Amino acid sequence: MIKTDILIIGAGPTGLFTVFEAGLLKLKCHLIDALPQPGGQCSEIYPKKPIYDIPAFPEVLAGDLVDNLMEQIKPFEPGFTLGERAETIEKLEDDTFIVTTSRGTKHHAPVVAIAGGLGSFEPRKPPLADIAKFEDKGVEYIIRDPEVYRDKRVVIAGGGDSALDWSIFLADVASEVTLVHRRNEFRGALDSVDRVKVLKDLGKIKLVTPGEIIQLNGEDELESVLIRKNNEASEEILLEVDHFIPLFGLSPKLGPIADWGLEIEKNAIKVDNSLDYQTNIPGIYAIGDVNTYPGKLKLILCGFHEATLMCQSAYQRIFPDKKYVMKYTTVGGVTGFDGTKKEAPKAVVKAID
Amino acid sequence: MSDIKITIIDREGVEHQIDAPTDMAMNLMEVVRSYELAPEGTIGICGGMAMCASCQCYVLSNTELPEMQDDEEAMLAEAFYVEDNSRLSCQIPMLPEMEGLKVKLAPES
Repeated sequence: MIKTDILIIGAGPTGLFTVFEAGLLKLKCHLIDALPQPGGQCSEIYPKKPIYDIPAFPEVLAGDLVDNLMEQIKPFEPGFTLGERAETIEKLEDDTFIVTTSRGTKHHAPVVAIAGGLGSFEPRKPPLADIAKFEDKGVEYIIRDPEVYRDKRVVIAGGGDSALDWSIFLADVASEVTLVHRRNEFRGALDSVDRVKVLKDLGKIKLVTPGEIIQLNGEDELESVLIRKNNEASEEILLEVDHFIPLFGLSPKLGPIADWGLEIEKNAIKVDNSLDYQTNIPGIYAIGDVNTYPGKLKLILCGFHEATLMCQSAYQRIFPDKKYVMKYTTVGGVTGFDGTKKEAPKAVVKAID
Repeated sequence: MSDIKITIIDREGVEHQIDAPTDMAMNLMEVVRSYELAPEGTIGICGGMAMCASCQCYVLSNTELPEMQDDEEAMLAEAFYVEDNSRLSCQIPMLPEMEGLKVKLAPES
């Protein structure tokens, strides 16, 4: 069981900044995210895109914003449960919460802050008949253990980095790798594209472009796929395979959080914006893009503000009898849980002779 | 007034005739959101960067539209339910000459 003061669901910019504000109040944080890396949309969708409305940053790349936040919160030693989705929440008799992830990891905290953005990122599943029937019976949307594909016949679909990178990787593992993409052009990193070309010329990857998988066949397990080349019915190829891996990117879904008994409006969680961004369940807060209230704007800068106010409320919830006033970092400095201390240098008083 | 009349068929098949402003640097995806013709969180997920295809639409009128850029083309190559008349609505700016534009929103995927 992982124990912490504030359990943050979602490691995007809002969730990460929460660690800083909580840290100033000497509250420890742990973050859960379905993605394997922190940063949320900023890392997953647009790391190389510039953002222009972060106060005091005329321009910052989304990926750099995440790197900076990670640096800023480092002294507060946040814990991370990555690659796991928060599934269920249970309120205990002492008004604390246990959140369990998709892999069964349990987290215990008196305060839960949902900073889930648009939800957890789920693989986009191609709309093929029977695809659900073959899930984990030859169809996998995420590669967890590459050894599963050792000496197997694999077909990968997609045209982005993950399709290219896994084709390259599995070329040395699987007995046969076929990469199917709807266009001749790929949009992955240039060296990945070049590498696939080399492997294609060596006969280690079979490339079918422009092509599309239009049918899955098999009794119980997947046995073959039907590939239509050049969008011509006359150019259909029946390919015998053991595995089909569609890699069409990820899309966010609110997911299990929608069933936690929280008030939901327009795919977002309703909160009290006049006070502390608490939801209808005391002790559960929602901050950043995942919440809604009159006049809500889904901006990173608004998420930062919401996180800051939420932490003050969380402090009062955890220590109802303690007196506290907010202190400027310029005055109080930043004392990390790791023993580091940052503070403003003292002014030197010197007489003029 | 610099509004144009356009028609949007939502994902349930309901036809909406709406006024779209051309003076606010809005794109078609944003117009759809401003009229709430698709639930929040199901359209314009990436915010309009041609990086998610949640705003895919089918162009039904002969309206002349700006040519597709590489990123839009690449994204559509990985999207589902793509037809010859598919476009990402976030890449279609609202311009006065688009009066009469008619589109249908693609299914959510």
